[in-house]
Amino acid sequence: MAENTTADEIDTDVEDVPQDEIVVLAQKWKKKRGSLIMALHELQGRLGYVPRDQAMKLGREMGVPLANIYEVLTFYNYFKLESPGKYIVSVCTGTACHIKGSPKLLQGLEDELGIKAGESTPDGEYHLQGVRCLGCCGLAPLASVNGKVYGKLDTSDSHAVLEHVKVDQPVASRPDDDAAAAD
Amino acid sequence: MKPEELEVKAAAELAKQQALEARLVCCSSTGCHSSGAADVAARLKADLKAKGLDAKVQVGGTGCMGLCSKGPLVRLTSKAHDDILCSEMTPDLATHLVEEVVAPLANGEPVADPVGVLGAHTVDLAAPFFAKQERVVLSNNGHADPEKLPEYLMHGGYQGLRKALTMTAEEICQEMLASGLRGRGGAGYPTGLKWDFARRVESDVKYVICNGDEGDPGAFMDRSVLEGDPHAVIEGMMIAARAMNATNGVFYIRAEYPLAVERVEKAIRQARVAGLVGRNILNSGWNFDFDVRLGAGAFVCGEETALIASVEGRRGTPRPRPPFPSVKGLWDKPSCVNNVETLANVPRILHNGAAWFAAKGTEKSKGTKVFALTGKIAHNGLVEVPMGITIRELVETIGGGTGTERQVKAVQTGGPSGGMIPASQFDTPISYEHLQQLGSMMGSGGLIVIDDHDSVVELSRFYLDFCVDESCGKCAPCRIGGTQMLHLLDKIVAGEGTAEDIKSIRKIAQAMQRGSLCALGQTAPNPVLSALKHFESEFTERLKKTETEQA
Repeated sequence: MAENTTADEIDTDVEDVPQDEIVVLAQKWKKKRGSLIMALHELQGRLGYVPRDQAMKLGREMGVPLANIYEVLTFYNYFKLESPGKYIVSVCTGTACHIKGSPKLLQGLEDELGIKAGESTPDGEYHLQGVRCLGCCGLAPLASVNGKVYGKLDTSDSHAVLEHVKVDQPVASRPDDDAAAAD
Repeated sequence: MKPEELEVKAAAELAKQQALEARLVCCSSTGCHSSGAADVAARLKADLKAKGLDAKVQVGGTGCMGLCSKGPLVRLTSKAHDDILCSEMTPDLATHLVEEVVAPLANGEPVADPVGVLGAHTVDLAAPFFAKQERVVLSNNGHADPEKLPEYLMHGGYQGLRKALTMTAEEICQEMLASGLRGRGGAGYPTGLKWDFARRVESDVKYVICNGDEGDPGAFMDRSVLEGDPHAVIEGMMIAARAMNATNGVFYIRAEYPLAVERVEKAIRQARVAGLVGRNILNSGWNFDFDVRLGAGAFVCGEETALIASVEGRRGTPRPRPPFPSVKGLWDKPSCVNNVETLANVPRILHNGAAWFAAKGTEKSKGTKVFALTGKIAHNGLVEVPMGITIRELVETIGGGTGTERQVKAVQTGGPSGGMIPASQFDTPISYEHLQQLGSMMGSGGLIVIDDHDSVVELSRFYLDFCVDESCGKCAPCRIGGTQMLHLLDKIVAGEGTAEDIKSIRKIAQAMQRGSLCALGQTAPNPVLSALKHFESEFTERLKKTETEQA
């Protein structure tokens, strides 16, 4: 690894995760070879995404060049570089869901929220995304809201999917929720 | 733990279960969980406790029982009656079940018609969906709790490993070869041969890697096995390790499967505490342990060299082979990557013998295969069938056809790397060879049914779009070829295509198949090619009408 390109010299304020926590996180994974992806999972699990300043801090603590971190972050669909909002609405786009009408469901949600898949509403309330197969094909078509899966949906009733959001408590990013919600 | 203690623990668990009046096992896999299985289980427990019956009736979890679309499922096992599978359960129905059936049974009172009590909320276990299946890999699903090691031991768990510890590495490889087990990830390479290659390479460190990166959209076999029987995969990996003198085990699991990750991690911890993983395993002096690594949403990471790059914490791009991972794999050490289902077969083969396994299936495709039946099919879910069963039996007898007035048009096997098989070919037996002859492939086990209202042009476009999106971009045939082919398909879908475009698709497909670095690019044209092979008219009907034709 090219040590001279680490984030060492860049000084930033780290607010989102307490300094010592990210140090602990880095120390935990630093000992295991090749664990950058695992460390990023843990970071995203806490914040819902990987902010740039946090990536820098992590790189500094783990001795990984920032370029390597972004190489990984941008390669894998799962990692998010921007805050996804309070409610992550994920429509499964796997084959079984596709055949059962998930494109129509996604379209309906886009219309309902006035945003495109992959975008967040301006108020930061909703983030809409199409995700890879969630593996619950028996319940197709399905969507998840903050990781909770709703199956056998009526593709013409995207409004009902959003109603679930109002019923369920918003869940601030926990590893388990992001795992199902993000892609 | 001493080897003999396996039997002692298994016998203790058996005695405990035999002392019960009834057992209620609730599916605790992702599918039923999404349908509210946890609430049902909680209600069952609460009601039984309130009645003071919690010592006589056990409420537990279990792996996927198959009929995900009818979830949450609860299986009632009792001394007085045959097993009853309760479907689409709710907390209130759970209370009803306890009041009318479970409580009387536990108190020794006869229940005349337990099935009638739940009416439509039961599934006939003698129906073809269940009766036609043969369960090896899924044998513990519906019976054992994946979170309880003693229950796995009761069903013969870790006996395969025990046997392996008395054999030489070569003997284990020979046993696998004799069984005829082939890789269940799709390619179908003989497992015994693969292990033997790794065995022959001398090295101080060797890795056994479990490929749990089930990326095929529309497939959930591996998720169900990891969630439903994690100890079987752990045991399979340890036997593989003995067969090639490997020193470390690595699980690579999709991050989209949090429950599978949780179950595997828990099972490893349990096995470590019991002396089945870690140091001095089963008092043999052998040491072996596991690491768990998560994927991060990249289909290409199912390819073994890309997977290894990802385990190393890098971008998951494949590299040319040779050198094969069996020579130079993870951290440049010899490594063997096996699929989840393959590994789950292994302990059963060692425990029951190669001949037992080889007696199932066809001449060249032995054993069983797990399929995820989805799409336009009445019985959506997870099934395990002997190799050699016809596609018709699988789709119509077990799957129940479309369940609507529409006709089944075709099935797609092998996902984005596989192909379509028209209904006219449904009498073909399911085996690696037969499916390949039809222009498809076994794949990992996703089987998508489409009906006469679905367009094969659009479905093949869907798969190609997936592959283009998931292409890592390293090699030109896949990166450029895929994109160009997608443009042509888009043109055809939009009604702007010409006969020349179909020719170009075939040409590009050939270039991708021959020139791509890894299987993703090599197989990406398959859905389009098979659709053209069997349903060419659907493409030509969509072509732009020339002026003379319009006239």
